[in-house]
Amino acid sequence: MAEYKLTTPLTDEDIEQLKAGDVVFLTGTIHSARDAAHKKLFELLDAGKELPFDLEGSAIYYVGPSPAPVGRPIGAAGPTTSYRMDTFAPRLYELGMKASIGKGKRNDDVKTAMQQHKGVYFGATGGAGALLSNSIVESTVIAFEELGPEAVRAMKVKDFPLLVINDCHGGELYVKPDVDAAI
Amino acid sequence: MREIQASDVVEAVARMCVSSNTELPQDVRNKLEQAMAEETSSSAKEVLRQLLENADLAMETKLPLCQDCGLAVLFVEVGDDCRVVGGNLREAINEGVRKGYDEGYLRKSACDPLTRVNTGDGTPAVIHFDMVPGDKLKISYMAKGGGAENMSRVTMLAPAQGWDGVRKFVIERVAEAGPNPCPPTVIGIGIGGTFEHSAKIAKKALLRKLDDTHPDPELAAKEKELEEALNRLGIGPMGLGGKTTVLGVKIAMEPCHLASLPLAVNVQCHSQRHEEVVL
Repeated sequence: MAEYKLTTPLTDEDIEQLKAGDVVFLTGTIHSARDAAHKKLFELLDAGKELPFDLEGSAIYYVGPSPAPVGRPIGAAGPTTSYRMDTFAPRLYELGMKASIGKGKRNDDVKTAMQQHKGVYFGATGGAGALLSNSIVESTVIAFEELGPEAVRAMKVKDFPLLVINDCHGGELYVKPDVDAAI
Repeated sequence: MREIQASDVVEAVARMCVSSNTELPQDVRNKLEQAMAEETSSSAKEVLRQLLENADLAMETKLPLCQDCGLAVLFVEVGDDCRVVGGNLREAINEGVRKGYDEGYLRKSACDPLTRVNTGDGTPAVIHFDMVPGDKLKISYMAKGGGAENMSRVTMLAPAQGWDGVRKFVIERVAEAGPNPCPPTVIGIGIGGTFEHSAKIAKKALLRKLDDTHPDPELAAKEKELEEALNRLGIGPMGLGGKTTVLGVKIAMEPCHLASLPLAVNVQCHSQRHEEVVL
């Protein structure tokens, strides 16, 4: 398993080299969006309007951070469960998103979209929200402020620690549970 | 009749909300350390190492352990010989939640189920009241995150399915949940009662310490058997494979209707945050 340092915006070449199990330290700007924000982003797309950030080469982080205490750019900021964004992800990969960041399984539509459009799905450690916040150096709400924790934020990250869960070649890191052994 | 000030309830609940969300309980920490020593895969060890470092950092910085500070769930035991004065008990608990989530910079996750508009202050809390003998008021708080809660299920088995049916349902549920609920998880199981009661006792079982033993030897043996079975699934920390899929299994069982076998599986993430106070 290899280790990479990547910078946003991400390119096809960045993504093609990655294999499930690789460790990536990501630097640059990523955007937070989870359930409610995805719904609003799709309303904009359907209306033919501009999105609050450029999808080309982008990385979307499924996160709803806790409030920033005085003296810190953000509160705890670990990933939320990704499957809830499965209905949205294929179209975003098609429109230029290169990476999504979350935790947990993706469905076949998302995996296919990643193969077709050279995308990757990164896992961040769920429940390590305080630790992950150390890699976020700046955070600004750029859209849907009324959504509170679910607002879209531009987050400047430095060496944000990620694991390739699904690569663009059909590889997956998650193990299949051994139900026979358990029963 | 012993009197308890509502303002004391507010303060106690607010304190628990903050400390639970920033200090990982010692029994959970011990289990994570033990798991780290037992795991042989490097990815499993690394995840557990990060979780322990996260706990240290949260303690030091007072940042929440997880951005999902949960819906506030409270189990309240009101002694027959005490009463709350200077305010309503339910309102005092909600006021404590409001204060704790605000002052602790905790994420407020309560929202309207259909419009999804956030209530803005972390309330209403989910509160379960019980009347017990004595003159004390015991309040247990749990920060219940959404990711693990979404993986929970209630089912009504046929009585003939018995323990084997229970065991199979639990194993298949944890297998299907896979990496989603932030394993290693803690599994609360409610057997019996009615549809809603099974879910309630499953959740209440999650208030137990990870290192305790069920007072009923038969259920204690079943908890151990299921814990070992679930850890043979191989899901491991964050689903990356390993020996530690669950940190513990806690069973609560009560009599049920002769036609039914209600079963609830309440999944809790590794960040098992809960605390209690007796006033």
